[in-house]
Amino acid sequence: MVLVSFVGLLAGWHLLVTWGAYDRFILPGPVDVWRQLLIVGGDGRLLKHSLITISELLPGLGIGLLIAMPLGYLLAKSSLAERLLSPYLIASQAIPVIAIAPLLTIWVRSTYWARVLVAVLVVFFPILINIIAGLRAVPAELYELMHSLQATRRQIFTKLEIPAALPILLAGLKVGATLSVIGALVGEFVQPKSQGLGYLLVTARYQFKTDLVFVVLITLSAIALVMYGLVALLEKRLLRWQASK
Amino acid sequence: MNVAFIIPHSSFIIFQMDAFLTAVQVEYIFEDGPLHVLTDISLSVPAGAFVALVGPSGVGKSTLLRLIAGLLRPSAGQISIANHPAHQSPNPVGLVFQRDNLMPWRTVTENVRLPLELQGKNDPSARRRVQKMIDLVGLAGFEQNYPAQLSGGMAQRVALARALVHEPPLLLLDEPFGALDALTRERMGQELLRIWQAMPVTVFMVTHSISEAVLLADEVLVMGGDPGNGRPAAITHRIPIHLPRPRQFQMQSAAEFQRHAAAIRAAIQQ
Ligand SMILES: Nc1ncnc2c1ncn2[C@@H]1O[C@H](COP(=O)(O)OP(=O)(O)O)[C@@H](O)[C@H]1O
Ligand SMILES: [Mg+2]
Repeated sequence: MVLVSFVGLLAGWHLLVTWGAYDRFILPGPVDVWRQLLIVGGDGRLLKHSLITISELLPGLGIGLLIAMPLGYLLAKSSLAERLLSPYLIASQAIPVIAIAPLLTIWVRSTYWARVLVAVLVVFFPILINIIAGLRAVPAELYELMHSLQATRRQIFTKLEIPAALPILLAGLKVGATLSVIGALVGEFVQPKSQGLGYLLVTARYQFKTDLVFVVLITLSAIALVMYGLVALLEKRLLRWQASK
Repeated sequence: MNVAFIIPHSSFIIFQMDAFLTAVQVEYIFEDGPLHVLTDISLSVPAGAFVALVGPSGVGKSTLLRLIAGLLRPSAGQISIANHPAHQSPNPVGLVFQRDNLMPWRTVTENVRLPLELQGKNDPSARRRVQKMIDLVGLAGFEQNYPAQLSGGMAQRVALARALVHEPPLLLLDEPFGALDALTRERMGQELLRIWQAMPVTVFMVTHSISEAVLLADEVLVMGGDPGNGRPAAITHRIPIHLPRPRQFQMQSAAEFQRHAAAIRAAIQQ
């Protein structure tokens, strides 16, 4: 099914380009893009820039997760913390990351860490929201069961809260994993220093190499798909019990 | 164990030699209302007895059960289990709710094992005990199933096995069969009797089925009042059930059974 729709998409695109009135600088055909892919793929440029982008988004995702987990736990468990912090967290979401990214590059001197930080900001919120939702979804009666069995806080955390919140946490991580690609890219837009897919995209656009722009976009989608797939795989392993339904 | 016993019909408690679960003039107020739910609750349940608690919904039955489980503390008065305050009971009680409350990410075996795991027990004898409980509730062969693969009755059996695996002296049941269909419910009642007779456990069960209460219990406590409208609930009647054991469904048509059921119904409606 997916294959059929993909072939259909390519064919439609090809027809649009050959019969349409578009200049190939505005809309390159699939053949042009393929040719360009072979060039940048062959000389190693695509791989090099991709690896740089990946080396930014993975730590971005990891650090975002590491900050969101304890903070989410605190917000879900303490109504005081929630009252104090959530107005700022919500207000911060009204500011587009693209608007504060230039500031971050001023504050953080390292090009690399500035980009990582932008990725952190992008993935952080959806993961945080899902951690809170996951913890709130733990049934009160299961807490009562654990208390009646005189479980320690630590046991409640490891044997109840983590496994109960895991499905919703992983759903958040899926969103975060795909967003981390956007995060790294935004970081590269504001710091386009000779490396990363964002840099490749910006330079290709300046040089009107529209086919290269397409190659970068396709690569970005592929990375996002792989990230999503990795979390989905993790999900399948960790949530084997869900498949039993 | 099945000798009829008599508890004075007053809030004054005469301590019996073998009183195992006792409550003395317990009051309970939910602070966030504030809502005065329970007043002057006194009980004395001998070890090994089967007591049922009935009453209209919203009267405070679950609240009393939570107090006995040590999940809530009385606002006044004391509750003790084997001479320990309820919230400091050295051996945790067994608890079964209306919904099975199994952990969906654990298999049957893993769910039943939970209380022992929390006590740090994972030796071969603990594993044998888990298997014994699974066998006792008739779920041999389903050890590796997840809760989502079980019927409502089966899931409730797992909850029962989990509640009993650590050999609690007291089993607390809050409308345990309320979500099951009538046939499954009757069968589960019989199972519960069989298990109770096989183990040295005292049972305290909240139910809204009068016939279930008569069929299972040594004594039925009736709770009355209307906490939502300023009348905190108390235990208004204690009705000993003088029916021979073992008890079976067929008894439900006996005149003696009907007489008990009628007495309880009258007590609730008072
Ligand atoms: N956590 C709570 N906070 C405040 N009021 C509660 C709480 N739980 C129960 N209540 C109130 O206490 C009364 C008794 O509730 P409950 O013990 O659940 O009744 P029952 O189990 O007999 O149906 C009800 O009026 C209910 O609304
Ligand atoms: Mg109730």
